[in-house]
Amino acid sequence: MTIITLGPEKSNPVILKALALGADSAVHLKSDSFPNDPSAMAHALADELKSIEFDILLFGKKGVDDDNQQVGQMVAELLNVPCVTQVVKLEVSNGKVTAQREVEGGTIVVETSLPAAFTAEKDLTVPRYASLRELVAARKKPITVREVRSSDSLIDVLSVQYPPPRTAGKIIGKGVEAVPLLVKLLHEEAKVI
Amino acid sequence: MTGPVLVFAESSGAEFRKAAFEAVTEGRRLADLLGVEEHALAIGNGLRTRVPELGRFGADKVLLSEDPSLALYHPDFYREIALDVIKKISPSIILIPATSTGKDLAPRLAIHLNTVAASECTQLELLNNELIATRPAYAGKVLFRIKVKAPPNIITLRPNVFTAREASPSRDAAIEQLPRPKSDSRMIVKEFLAHGAKKLDLSEASVVVSGGRGMGGPENYKILEELADVMGGVVSASRASVDAGWRPHSDQVGQTGRTISPTLYIACGISGAIQHRVGMINSKVIVAINKDPEAPIFGFADYGIVGNVFEVVPALTREMRKFYGKS
Repeated sequence: MTIITLGPEKSNPVILKALALGADSAVHLKSDSFPNDPSAMAHALADELKSIEFDILLFGKKGVDDDNQQVGQMVAELLNVPCVTQVVKLEVSNGKVTAQREVEGGTIVVETSLPAAFTAEKDLTVPRYASLRELVAARKKPITVREVRSSDSLIDVLSVQYPPPRTAGKIIGKGVEAVPLLVKLLHEEAKVI
Repeated sequence: MTGPVLVFAESSGAEFRKAAFEAVTEGRRLADLLGVEEHALAIGNGLRTRVPELGRFGADKVLLSEDPSLALYHPDFYREIALDVIKKISPSIILIPATSTGKDLAPRLAIHLNTVAASECTQLELLNNELIATRPAYAGKVLFRIKVKAPPNIITLRPNVFTAREASPSRDAAIEQLPRPKSDSRMIVKEFLAHGAKKLDLSEASVVVSGGRGMGGPENYKILEELADVMGGVVSASRASVDAGWRPHSDQVGQTGRTISPTLYIACGISGAIQHRVGMINSKVIVAINKDPEAPIFGFADYGIVGNVFEVVPALTREMRKFYGKS
C-alpha cells in the first residue's frame, strides 16, 4: 500500500500517520503554493499515478476546506479507470469489486473490474489509532518527495465573505404551553407553514 | 456568451427531481439575461410523459435519452451522453443539481472539457457577460465568489436554495430524442437499495425534524417521525446520535454529514455545536426545542422553546395536526 499526498511541507505528519496505520511507502508531491483548483490537483496526481501500478485507488470523497468534491473522479477519468464515488461499502473477490455508493434515500450497488478508483464516504471505515510501536516504525518507511508545480488556477476567487450573520431569535416560552404560540408565529410571522 | 444554457434535469424513478426544476428555473433566468435558449438534458427510463413539465419551468428544448440501462445513474453512460450533447450544442453554461449524481458527474465532464466545476453554488450572477458563482467553503463558514476562466461554465447548484417556479403553464418544449448510447463500461450498476420507505430525501425536504443526544435513544425518534409525517417532512440526526448508533450516517446533518437548507428546521434535543450548525445554518427558519436554556442552539434559532422534548414534541404534533386539519 502506497500513500500519495499532494501538499506543502507541513503535510508530513499526515503522511507519517498513514504509514503508521499500515501503508508501506509514501509519495509526497510537494508544493507550498499549489492552487486550490481541483483540475490542477487531478492533473498533478494523475501524472504521478501513471507510473505507479495499482489495483485499487482510494480517495476521500472531498477535502474539508474547499468542499469541492471533484479530485477523485477527475483523476480516474484522466487515468481511464472506473470510479465509484461516495462509497460506504467495499468488497473484493476474484479480481472484482462490489461497492455501495451512498445516494439520496439509499445506496446503489456497483460492480467493477480492477484497477478501479473509489472515493470514501464517512461510514466506509472507522480510522483506528496507531500504536507507539507503529509510529516509531513509520519513521523508517520510505517517502519519495517530488517538487511539483502547477499552471495557473482556472478559478479566480473574486472575494471571500462571511455569510450574513444569523440574528439570535427569541425564546418564545417554556414547555407545552408555548406550542400554540410557536405554530401561530410559524404561520403568521415566518410564513413557513 | 452565446451558446445555450444546458441544464441536467436529473430524474429518480420515472420522474424528475425537485432539484431538476430548481435548476431549470435558474437556467431560464440566465438564458433570458443572455438572450439564448435553454436546453434540458433528461437521461433515464420512462420519462417521456414527464417532459412537458420541464417546458413549463422554462426549457425551450428537451434532449431526451431513454433506455432501461439508464434507469439508475451510470457514470460512464451518463458522461458519454452529456459529452456528446455538449460537443453538439456548445453551451455557455451547464447547470447540474448538486445531488449525489450531479456531484459525481460534473467533475467528470469538466476534466474532459479542460475546465473545472464550481461546486454547490448558492447564487449566480452575470456581470459584464461573465458568470460569477457564490459557493460556500470551509463547511459554510465562508462564501467564495468565484469565476472559472475556462469555458464552458459548469455549475452544480445546491438543492433547496434556488426556487423552482413555472415560467408559464402553457409553455411547450420541443423534444429531441437522442440516439441510443453505444458506450461500454467496466462498471455494472446493479441495483438501488432503499434505506426505508422514506419518500423524500433530506436535501430536498422543505421540513426537517432533527433529533440529537437529547432524544436519549433510537426508540424515541418515533415522536419525531410522527411530527415529520404530519408536516410532510423528514427526520434527520446530529452527529452525537449517529455516533451512538441510533440513526444511520445518511441521516446525519453537519460537517461530516449532510448540508441542508430546508424551509423549516426543527432541532429537538440538539445543543447546536459548530459541527452541527454548519450543516443546517442555511435553513430559512430554525426552531429549537431543548431543556437547557444555555444551549448554543438558542443563539441562532429563530424560535426557541425551553422544555422537555418528550412533552413539547408530541404537543407540537397535536397542534400541527389541528393546523393542517388532519385529525
